[in-house]
Order: sequence, then C-alpha cells, then structure tokens
Amino acid sequence: MAETKTVDDETRTDGAGGLRGVDPDTALRLMREMLLYRRFEEKAEEAYAIGKIGGFCHLHIGQEAAAAGSILALDEGDYVISAYREHTQALAKGIDAGAVMAELFGRATGCSKGKGGSMHLFDYERRFMGGHGIVGAQVPLASGMGWKIRYRDEDHVVVCFMGDAAVNQGAFHEALNMSAVWNLPVIYVVENNEYGMGTAFSRVSRTEIHEKACSYGIPTSIVDGQDVLETFVAFRDLAAGVRGGGGPRFVDLRTYRFKGHSMSDPVSGTYRSKEEVEGKVKNADPIATLRDVLLEGGHLDQESLEAMDSEARTTAQEAFDFADESPFPDPSELYADVYAELGDGRMFFDGRERPEGSV
Amino acid sequence: MAEMTYREALNQALREEMERDPDVFLMGEEVAEYDGAYKVSKGLLDAFGDRRVVDSPIAELGFAGLGVGAAMAGLKPVIEFMTFNFSILALDQVINHAAKIRYMSGGQIPCPIVFRGPNGAALQLSAQHSQACETYYVHAPGVKVVTPATPADAKGLLKAAIRDPDPVAFMEGELLYNMKGDVPDDDDFVIPLGVADVKQEGDDVTILTHGKTVHVALQAARKLEKDGVSAEVVDLRTIRPLDVETILASVRKTNRAVYLEEGWSFAGVGAQIVSLVQEEAFDWLDAPVVRVTQADVPMPYAKNLEQLAKPSAERVVAACNRVLYR
Amino acid sequence: MATKVHMEALSPTMEEGQVVKWLKAEGDAVKNGDILAEIETDKATMELVARGDGTLRTILLTEGGTAPVGEVIAVIAGADEDISDLVGAGAKSKSDKESGDSGEAPSAPSNESDPGSAETVEAPAAAPAADGSRVKASPLARRLAEDAGVDLGSLEGSGPGGRIVKRDVEAARDAAPSTAAPAASGAPAPRPWSDAGAAEGHDEVKVSQMRKTIARRLTESLAPVPHFFLTMDVDMGRVVDARKRVNALVEGSGDKVSFNDFVLKATAAALARHPECNAAWHGDHIKRFHHVHMGVAVAVDDGLITPVVKHADRKGLVQISREVKEMAGRAREKKLKPDEYTGATFSVSNLGMFGIHEFTAIINPPEAGILAVGGVEDTPVAVDGQVVIRPRMRVTMSCDHRVIDGAQGSRFLRTLKAMLEEPAAILV
Repeated sequence: MAETKTVDDETRTDGAGGLRGVDPDTALRLMREMLLYRRFEEKAEEAYAIGKIGGFCHLHIGQEAAAAGSILALDEGDYVISAYREHTQALAKGIDAGAVMAELFGRATGCSKGKGGSMHLFDYERRFMGGHGIVGAQVPLASGMGWKIRYRDEDHVVVCFMGDAAVNQGAFHEALNMSAVWNLPVIYVVENNEYGMGTAFSRVSRTEIHEKACSYGIPTSIVDGQDVLETFVAFRDLAAGVRGGGGPRFVDLRTYRFKGHSMSDPVSGTYRSKEEVEGKVKNADPIATLRDVLLEGGHLDQESLEAMDSEARTTAQEAFDFADESPFPDPSELYADVYAELGDGRMFFDGRERPEGSV
Repeated sequence: MAEMTYREALNQALREEMERDPDVFLMGEEVAEYDGAYKVSKGLLDAFGDRRVVDSPIAELGFAGLGVGAAMAGLKPVIEFMTFNFSILALDQVINHAAKIRYMSGGQIPCPIVFRGPNGAALQLSAQHSQACETYYVHAPGVKVVTPATPADAKGLLKAAIRDPDPVAFMEGELLYNMKGDVPDDDDFVIPLGVADVKQEGDDVTILTHGKTVHVALQAARKLEKDGVSAEVVDLRTIRPLDVETILASVRKTNRAVYLEEGWSFAGVGAQIVSLVQEEAFDWLDAPVVRVTQADVPMPYAKNLEQLAKPSAERVVAACNRVLYR
Repeated sequence: MATKVHMEALSPTMEEGQVVKWLKAEGDAVKNGDILAEIETDKATMELVARGDGTLRTILLTEGGTAPVGEVIAVIAGADEDISDLVGAGAKSKSDKESGDSGEAPSAPSNESDPGSAETVEAPAAAPAADGSRVKASPLARRLAEDAGVDLGSLEGSGPGGRIVKRDVEAARDAAPSTAAPAASGAPAPRPWSDAGAAEGHDEVKVSQMRKTIARRLTESLAPVPHFFLTMDVDMGRVVDARKRVNALVEGSGDKVSFNDFVLKATAAALARHPECNAAWHGDHIKRFHHVHMGVAVAVDDGLITPVVKHADRKGLVQISREVKEMAGRAREKKLKPDEYTGATFSVSNLGMFGIHEFTAIINPPEAGILAVGGVEDTPVAVDGQVVIRPRMRVTMSCDHRVIDGAQGSRFLRTLKAMLEEPAAILV
C-alpha cells in the first residue's frame, strides 16, 4: 500500500499566526489572487443573472484556495487540466480575466474564441489544457500530457483537477493505473467538496477518496483545501517530487462549495442543509482564513486589504466591461477550427453554404 | 513496386513514418513484445524501443485518452485497437475529446492522432467481435475516417493519416491482412485523404463502397459482366473527407448506384451517400439508390447464418439488377 | 356562387383534352347540364356540360387549346360576381404547364396587372395522370423527356409501380419519327430525283390526342409485354362458299357479311373453347374471362380505334357484321362512347383489304392476344400430292407470353383453323 500522509502535521508547526514556510510576498499574492477569483465569480454570477452568460455556469466560490494554492505553486511550463468548474483555475494559470469573462459571454475575444464557453476554457500558450465537461474523462488526457513530458524528457508536471465524483469513473482508474505503470509526472487532484452535484460522496462509495489511488501504488496526500498556505506548501513539495522523477501523486484536496452545483441549482436543499452551508461559510472561508493570518501576523493592514479588494473588484468589473463590449464571433467562425486544414474531399455534410471567409 | 501483403504494407508505413518523425509512437494491446495481435507491428519494438512502441494495459478508454492527451500536448500517437469492436469503450475519448478539442479551444489545441486496427467481421467471431464501426466515427465532425482496401492503399493512406494534423480513425480489414498486392516502395508514397479510387470502370451501374467490401463489389462486377452489365466500382477510400466529385461523376455516367457496406443499414455510411446522391445528382438518376448492408441483426455465430447476415456478391448483383430494372 | 369549369376526364384514360369547339360564348347564360364545349379526348370527341347555373363569364382555354384534366378552362358565375380569384387560379395553372401542344395563347386573362401570378413559372411539373395523381418518373427520365420534348404524360412507365424510366423515354423518343411518318396510301407522288433545287424539309404533323395515346399504349405494350408470334395458313374455300350463301340469304336486307365477320365469329367461338387465350395479365394473377369481347381494329383518319363487339361468341354473323359497321362508322366520326371501345378480351386486326399478305400486330394491354389477319388470296398449294389453287389466308397471333404459352396458342389457332375450314364446326 502506498504512503498516505496528512500535510497538516508538517505545515502547521509554526503556529496559527505564522505563514508556515510561505514567504510574505507569496502569501499576499495568494490573497490577491483569491480576492480576484471571488470577485470574478460574483461578477459572473451577476452576469448570468442578467442573461449575459448562458448554458451551464459552475462557480468556484468557496474553493478559491484549492485553485490558488495548487496552481500558484507550479512553473509556467507545467500543465493544468480540469473539469468544468475551472474559471478560477484558468485565472490562476495566468489567463487574463477579460479573456475568461469574454469566453463566458461567448465573445470572439474569449480565451476559446467564444466556442467553448464556461466549461471549455483553453490557453495553449499558458498550458491551460481545458475545462472538460465529461466527469472523469480529462484524467486520461492528463496522463497523455504526462506521457509527452516523459517522452521528451522534459522537466514539467501536469496537475489534473477533478471533482470527487470522478473517482467512480472507469477512465479515472484506467488513467491512474497507466500513470503508475509508466511513472508519469502527473498530480491527480480531487477537489473533494463532498458532493457530486447533489449526491454526498459517502452515498456512492464504500471507501474514502484518499484510498482510491492506493491499489495503483500512487502516493496520496490529504490536504486542507480551505487553507491556502497549507495547499501551496503541499503542491510546491509534490511538484518538486514529481519533477524529480518520483512518478504520479494523488491528492484528496478537501474543500467546500459555497454555491449550488451550477447557476441553475440551489445552494442547499434536499442534499445538504442551509445550516451546513452557513456554518462552512462562517468558519471555513479560505479568504477569511488567510486574511486573519495576514492581519494577525502584521503582513497586511485593513487599509491595504481594502485596496486589494477594491483592485479585485475593479479587475472583475473591467473583465465584465471588456466581455460585454466584445463582438460575438464572426459567422465565418462557425466552420473554422473543426479541422486543422481542409484538403481534398468534402468535410461538411449539412448541405449548407458556409459563411464567407470560412475555411 | 514491390509485392507485399496488406499487413506488410501497414508495417512499412508505420516504420517509415516513425523514422521520419520522432514524435510518432505506437501504443496498444500486444503491439510491442508480442509483435501485434495481427503482427502489423512486427519488429517495431526492436527498431524503435519501448518508449515508442508501447504495450498498454487492456484499457481502451484509458490508452485512447492518453493518446489524445499526448496529441494535445504535441506528440503524434498511433493508437492501435486490437479490433475496432473494442474501441466502442473508447468512443468518449474519440468523440468527446479528439474530435472536439480543436474546436472547443478555438483552434488552439491540436489533436494529431491515429486510431487504427481491424474493423468489421472476420469469420465466426460472433456478435461482439464482428462489427463495422465506421458509422460511429464518421458521424462526428472533427474526425477523419479512412478505410483502405488494398495493400497499396493501406500504405499510402496510413502514411497520410499519420502525417495528418487531425484525428484519423484508420480502419483495416482483418481478412485483408494476408492479401497481396503491388505497393510503391518509396518513402514519399502518400495517398491524400479525401480522394476516392475507381477500382473498376463501367458504364451501366455504379457500385459505391469502402474498405473490405471493395472486393465483394469487384466480385459482383465480374458476375454482372457475364450478364452483359458493365459495373463501375468506386472505392471511397476515405469516408470523411469524402470525394463527392468522383461519386457524383460516376453516378452521372451510369445513372444508377448501389451502396455496399459491411455495417448495419440504419444511418449507415450508405444512408449518407444516398442522401448526397439524391440531393446532388437527382436529375441523373434513373432509379432510387439501393443499399446492400449487413442484415439488421447482431452477427450470428453459426456459419450459415453468418453468411446470410453478411452482404454478398449475389445480393449486390440483385441490387444492381433492381436499379437497372432488369 | 361561381362554378369553375374544369377539363374533365371524359374517357377512362384521358390525361388531357383539347377544346374542339365552344358551344357557348362568353356572356351567354348557361344552366346546369347545358353542353358547353366539344372536347377531343384521346379516343373521341366528347361533350363537356355545365355544372352550375349563371353566365359563362370567361373562357380560359380557346378552341384548339389543350389542358390537363383538372385544369380550370372557364368560369360560370353571376353576371356581376367578382371572379378574379378563380381566373387567377386558372391562368396560373396554365403558366405552370409545359407549353406542349397547345400553341395557343391563353385568352386574355383579367389579371395581367398581377405580375406575381403571371410570372410564376415553376420547374417542369409532372403531368398529372388520368386520375389526377402525379406521373411517376425517375429524375433522369424527367430530364431526358424534357430534352427530347417527350410528354411524360403520354408515357406509361415500365418501372416498379409504373415508374417512367430512362428506357421508356428513349423508346418514345426513338418511336416518335415513325409515328409521324405519313401513311403509305397518302404518300405524295414521287418526284424526279435531283439534288439541285431539292430543298430539304419536313412537314410538322400535329400529334393528336389519339396519336399520343396510340404511341403511348403501343410502346407500353411492346417494351414490357414479352410478345411471341404464331402464324398459320387457313384454307378459306368453305368460308368463301358459306359467305356467298349467307349473303344470298340476307340479300335485300342491306346486310352484307364480310370475310372479317367470319374471322371474328370463328375467333370468338374458338376463344370460348380456349379460355387460356381469352385472358389478361395482372401482375400477381391472370384473369381468364368468361365472356368473349372482340376488339376490332378500325382505321380512322388520324389513327385507329378498336370498337368492341361484346359477347361475340354468342352473336350471329349478321349481328356481328352490323355492329362492326355501325361502330366503325361512328368511330370515324369520333362518336364512340368510352364503353364501346374498352373492355375487349382479345382483338382482331385485318389489313387484308390493303393487300397485306401477313403481318404482326402489337397487343393492346391488358389483352393477352391479337390476331393479325392477311388477305384471302388464291394460292397454289399441294393437296394430296397435286398442286391446286386454293383461296388461302394467313393469320398471325401475337401472344403475351406471360399469359399464353406456345402450345396453348397453337391449340387455339388449330381450333380457329378447323372452324374456318369447316364453318359448321362453329355450330358444334
């Protein structure tokens, strides 16, 4: 059986008020990032409510530390791939807030040219390899990216996010097995927010999440995903281990979703109580937790905090304005990007004239 | 020119393309140490090593997905399915990922991957091992589908598929692996995708088909010739992209068409071709386009039932006579 | 209440009709049942009657004009009633129609100010069939017909369900020149041949409704009906005698029995004994009739028509003779009623009067046979080893092989020969 460790014990040793091995600049950066994610998602929520965003829209509010703590611990050349609750992860990987918001709005300036939407954010240059909409199906893709790194003897890692429900999918198990067999540089991260949509994880599994990778011989960590400092340190260490050829890692990143599964789902109801959610919001808000640490440790004062938050709000508003002012994709985009190039023979069979300018 | 089997032609194509491009690797069940379930990859492990010729676990969804991820990140995987029957397990990775990644990402993320292996029925392998799967693949925009019928086509098209920047399902025929034919042996023998091949010229009726059933069509054409009917056999070679011009030119010449395919009829490849022909060659048709397909049943095991289920030259002849009003 | 006057189906096979003459003029008062016009159908000239009361407000199809069955060709309405909607409909359907053989400009429509309807020109529409349903033709056949100027409505298809296919159009196209060739008897006197000054040219003979139907019916017959032919010589010596005696018996009555009447009577009697030849092909079954209705091919000015002597096997020679004469006369005046030229179970065509020795005839479907009768000619024949001169006649029976086999047809002919060579056998 592979090793399973809880990071808490190692990283909390320097006391509640301390930064636990994280330098103050990084801690402030984590704060700034998480504030941006929060304000961005609130702005998205507002935009959805007034019809600027359509379809499914899954907010990450409450899980900001899981994105900031993990992704900010990576190098630029590392890959991130995720499921469909990925707005803040895209921001964390360096995609401009305007480009993300414009994608949610379905505009030509979106990071996927308006063709992907909320669930399919991509940025090849920043190695953000997508939001993916089929639960668990991105896990083998991450193994493939790990394969490429090993194939070319590169020094990168892949971080693959998934929800807790993904561990019951076959693709998850097939992918973890292959990564273990071939020692691929992938960190598989379960953002364990306890519920797969409206189903408590305990109702659909007899074993715990952290047990899932054991049979493949993949070392597993349990990390408090509401504590961004702990998360950051854990991922910094994990990435270093993987980069050194240590093979895949599996993380049970414990977090909590403050909002409904998607914009069209209730925050609480039949599957979890209002009191449960209120208790988490009050006691386990990752932004409040870091704020308290920074204020208590004297790394940040109230005024700077407010300035920081104001900046986040401004960025979110600017992202909104940018998206709202951006054009919709040109009709010629309808048939673009289905294939890399069109050679001999017919590719499209709908009998329609393709818009002028189409490939 | 060299005479070789379809299997050897595929092997040669893989070998040449792997030599040509270090990003090309082959992964699948039994492809390396075992030399391939059908020996298509014979000798490649020795030539290229275990980084580039990789035995996978039996996990079609997993290794297909791994291939897609590797392609997204810049490699050029060739994923072998021991047969396309097993690829149904992997369809999510093909349809939901390989086919859509480029589009969903607004053109940023490439997916140059080849899924290859034998497709359709062999002999008495029964229901789960005897399926023609091209319809599943060709249905989705974003995937290309190639079905070579001869050793030369197998080589030229596989080389094109590996060099192609998009996902390609490359469907071989188990019963074709031992078939011999002349194959050009130069390194640059590449047959472009989307170009059909008139395997036999004729004037009275067009038999359109792809893959293994090209040989059934040729057999039917020989029978028809004895009755004084001159049949043209058009091998699509690639189903998507589709060489519409060659199809329509033949139908305009003969005024009649029969679509022959190994798979089931409902929403089959033939259904698409019929739609196309009636839409674009309506005024040249003297008869409805008729299809000859597998019986609309799972493939039975018993030899006699299997023969009944498969499309035969006799049924093609009957279909040709029907559209000829004979 | 306005009443549309449609081109009505005035014969069972009529697909379009030609106005020979309007018997009422625009502005005339008409009552339900009044005869409005004479219409030439594919078989005869028929009367078109009014189906409403009022004033014949407008005539949309002038004399000589042709319209498919169902088309509005006139409107009856109250003197002041607004009929612009109805007139529009009629004019529109005319503009839809392929110009075909009408050649007539439509009578001035009252909707010239309505460019929408006047300019409506749709793709060549399928000519409606007699029952108003669509003509079924393959797309290629439609295109070929358009290119060749063949009227699809005049063809009957040989494909499944009567679909007109390429070969039907090609057959009609190839048949067209011979159909239009002038009859031998009417051929102009030969001119001395000289290239110089001999201008090439041709006359265009308008294809009448009857000619179209002949073309269609016979083409339809020869292509799908597998014909075979049986020829037999008959010694007519006793018929010659019998005819003399019969005509002597009826002398002064105005009746005169012809050789052909004998042939009709004997054929009918022979058919009664050979029901396998008195039959029709119906695809999944064969009808063998209990009655014998003899079709008699009669040449008329612009073609031929086949009046039917019903129950000919039960009728006497004189009765047959009278009916044939009477119907042939009316046929030439185009006054036959549809039920007088339909329903034959077998036909006889006699070209003996033209000096034809023998010929083959084309079956008139769904009949399964037709007898082609040559002239009675004095012919040297061997009788008991001696050459003698006998009045002989050669008959050729065309058989639909789907219905009649060679032996069956031969047995029938043997009976027929026996009856003609010993007319008393008819009585047996």
